[in-house]
Amino acid sequence: MSSRLGRLLLIALALVFLAMFLVLPLIIVFVEALSKGFGAYLAAVSDPLALAAVQLTLLVAAITVPLNMIFGIAAAWAIAKFDFRGKSALITLIDLPFAVSPVIAGLIFILVFGGNGWFGGWLQAHGVHVVFAVPGIVLATIFVTFPFVARELIPVMQAQGKDDEETALSLGADGWQTFWRVTLPNIRWGLLYGVLLCNARAMGEFGAVSVVSGHVRGLTNTMPLHVEILYNEYNVAAAFSVASLLALLALLTLAAKSLLESRAPELRRRAHQSRDLARRERV
Amino acid sequence: MARSASATNKHPNKPRPTIPGFGLTLGYTMLYLSLIVLIPLSSVFIRGFGPGLGHFWDVVTGARVLASLRLSFGAALIAAAANAFFGLIVAWVLTRYEFPFKRIIDAMVDLPFALPTAVAGIALTTLYAPHGWLGGTLLSLGIKVAYTPLGIVVALLFIGLPFVVRTLQPALEELDWEVEQAAATLGANAWQTFARVILPALWPPLLTGFALAFARGVGEYGSVIFIAGNRPMKSEIAPLLIITKLEQYDYAGATAIAVAMLVISFLLMLAINALQGWALARHGGR
Repeated sequence: MSSRLGRLLLIALALVFLAMFLVLPLIIVFVEALSKGFGAYLAAVSDPLALAAVQLTLLVAAITVPLNMIFGIAAAWAIAKFDFRGKSALITLIDLPFAVSPVIAGLIFILVFGGNGWFGGWLQAHGVHVVFAVPGIVLATIFVTFPFVARELIPVMQAQGKDDEETALSLGADGWQTFWRVTLPNIRWGLLYGVLLCNARAMGEFGAVSVVSGHVRGLTNTMPLHVEILYNEYNVAAAFSVASLLALLALLTLAAKSLLESRAPELRRRAHQSRDLARRERV
Repeated sequence: MARSASATNKHPNKPRPTIPGFGLTLGYTMLYLSLIVLIPLSSVFIRGFGPGLGHFWDVVTGARVLASLRLSFGAALIAAAANAFFGLIVAWVLTRYEFPFKRIIDAMVDLPFALPTAVAGIALTTLYAPHGWLGGTLLSLGIKVAYTPLGIVVALLFIGLPFVVRTLQPALEELDWEVEQAAATLGANAWQTFARVILPALWPPLLTGFALAFARGVGEYGSVIFIAGNRPMKSEIAPLLIITKLEQYDYAGATAIAVAMLVISFLLMLAINALQGWALARHGGR
C-alpha cells in the first residue's frame, strides 16, 4: 500500500512541477494573445511590421537551415565512414557553439565585422553592411544552430556502418550515386529530425540576433525581436499575439518530433548516446 | 563495426572498395567550422587580451562585473541542481508509471527546446509577476519571484529541464530490474533500494544532465532578461552586462566579460568531466 501511495505522490509532484514550469507558461501565451479579443489578435499579427518580422524570420531560416544541413551531412560522412586522428576532438569542436552564450555568439561577429572589427574598415570602404543588417543576423543564427544537424546525423551514420555503401560501390555505383541512392534514404529520418530542431532554433533565436540586429523595425527585426519591442512598449496583447505564432511553431515542431520518434525510436536515444560517447572518449 | 570486421575476415582476398569523399567532406567540414565557429570565436580571446592582461583583470574584477558573473553562475548552479532533483522525479515517473496523457506530457518535456526563449521569457514573467496567476499566490506567501534573482532561477528551471530528463530516461529504461528485485528479496525497503542500488547507477547520466543544464543556464539571455528585473549589482546577469557595454561602445569591456565567462565555464566543465570520470570508474558505467 505504501508503495502505491508513494507512486501517486511522485506522479503528483512531477505533474505539479511540469504544470508550473511548462504547461501554464504555454497556456498563458494564448490566453494573453486573445485577451483583447480575436479582432485585436488578427490586427496584431497582420500588422505590416509584424509581417515584415515574419518575412525576415522565414528568410533567415531559409538560408541557415540548408547551409547547416549540408555541413551536417559532410561532417557525418567524414566522421562515420573514415578513421582519422583527432576525430573525437572534431566532434567536441562541432558541439562548441552549444557551450557559448548566445550573446557571445552575437558579440564575436561584431568583433569580426563591426565598425572597428577585423574586416570592418574594408567592409565600410566597400559599402557592405554585415553587422546591424541581415547578413549579421544570418551569421549569428548559423553559429547558434551549427551543431544541430551534424550531431543527429553522426550517430545515425555511425550505427549504419559502411557495408551498404561498399556494396553499392562494388556493384559499380560511383560516389554520388551511392550517396543519393543508398546513404540518403538510410539517414532520412535522422536528417529530418536534425533539420526540425535546427529550424526551431533558427526561427526562435533571440540573444545572438539581438546583439547583431540593430533593431530597425521592418528591416532587421525578426519575430522574437518584434515580440520584445512590443512587450517593452507595454503592448502586451500584441506581443503575445506575435509570440503565439512562435508558440504554434513550437507545438508543430514537437508534434513532428514525436511522429519521427515513433517512426524511428532509436533517434531519441542515439542523440544522447553520441553525447555520452564523445564525453567518455574524452575521459 | 563488428559486422564490417567479420566481413573483412570472411573475404581476405577480395579487396573492399574504398569509400570516396574523405578529402571533400573533411575539407568542407574543417573550412565551414573554421569560418563560422573557430575564427570568429578566436576574436574574443585575441581582442579580449588585446589591451593587455592588466585591462582584462581590471574589467573582470570590477564590482558590477563580479556581481553579474556571480549571479549568472550562481543562478545556473542552483537551477541545474533543482533540475537534477525534479528532472529525476519527472524521468522516473515517465519511465516507470502509467497515467493518463502520459505520451503528451512526455512530448511536452521538449517544449523548452522548441519554444523561443523570448516567448518563454514573457510568458514566465506574466505568470510569476505580482499580479500573475502564480505570482499573486506566491506573493501572498511572501515569495517574490518576478524581477528578483529567484525569477532568474525560475527561467533557468524552464530552460534546463529537458536536458536532465532526456539524459536520464534512456538510463532508467536500461536499469536492471533484477538487481532491484534481488535487493528487495534481500530485505531492502524501497528507499534503501533506490539509494544503494538505483541511484549509484544513475549518477553518470545525472551529472551529464546537470552539466548540460548548467552550461546552457550560464549563458542564457532571452528567457531571463524579462523576468530578472535587471538591476545592477542585484539582478543583472553577465550576458546582459555584455550587451550594456556594447551599447556604450565599450567593446574591450564587453569582450573581457565574454572571455571571463568562457574561461570559467570551461574550467567548470573540466571539473564536472573529471567528476563524471570518477563516477563512471567507481560504478562501472555500463
